Amino acid sequence: MFEITARPIAVADVVAAVTRPDCGAVATFVGVVRNHSRGRTVSYLEYEAYAEMAIPKMREIAAESSQKWEIAAVAIVHRVGHLEVGEASVVIAIAAPHRRAALDACAYTIERLKEIVPIWKKEVSPDGSFWVGMGS
Amino acid sequence: MQVQVRFFAAAREAVGAGERVVRLKDGSTVGDLVEQCAREHPGLGPLMPSLMIAVNREFAKSSDVLREGDEVGMIPPVSGGGDV
Repeated sequence: MFEITARPIAVADVVAAVTRPDCGAVATFVGVVRNHSRGRTVSYLEYEAYAEMAIPKMREIAAESSQKWEIAAVAIVHRVGHLEVGEASVVIAIAAPHRRAALDACAYTIERLKEIVPIWKKEVSPDGSFWVGMGS
Repeated sequence: MQVQVRFFAAAREAVGAGERVVRLKDGSTVGDLVEQCAREHPGLGPLMPSLMIAVNREFAKSSDVLREGDEVGMIPPVSGGGDV
């Protein structure tokens, strides 16, 4: 499951997409809109994606993880559009026979996602709005 | 030749459009295209040092030669989360 969606992400659906009888572990990461950033109040976020490139890049990350760890299934769902504080912007679920591989692959996936998947966020605060880059 | 250029996030706002068809001399490189876009859209200037380019949805180098009909994505640094 590799998706970009404008609708709220249901974590349980992402977990269900990778859960398998031969896997004893499902590791998840949920990125959530925070109410502050770099000293400013965040009112809401706007996410934008280059979807035609982002989905293949998500698949590429899953392939990298499968080379590095013994994992069975990867799901990555990223939200776009207007997100309020507390909403999930990204959900990752990784199933593996054993927990260590699932946890390590999950941590790797969120880091790589921020490096190579073309998705951007604009932080809108009472002082103005700012596109957020990698270094911030 | 013509290529389709797509602009995202801060680059999209600087250009005022999500995509443009750009005419280039045959044999032009990614770097040539970026220079031309920067001349036509001075607002892209501050983004230039950190801009990444994708050709046909794969990251490209500035020396890569473009072909007729290529889709070129102008990619500012991707989403935040530098604080781990």
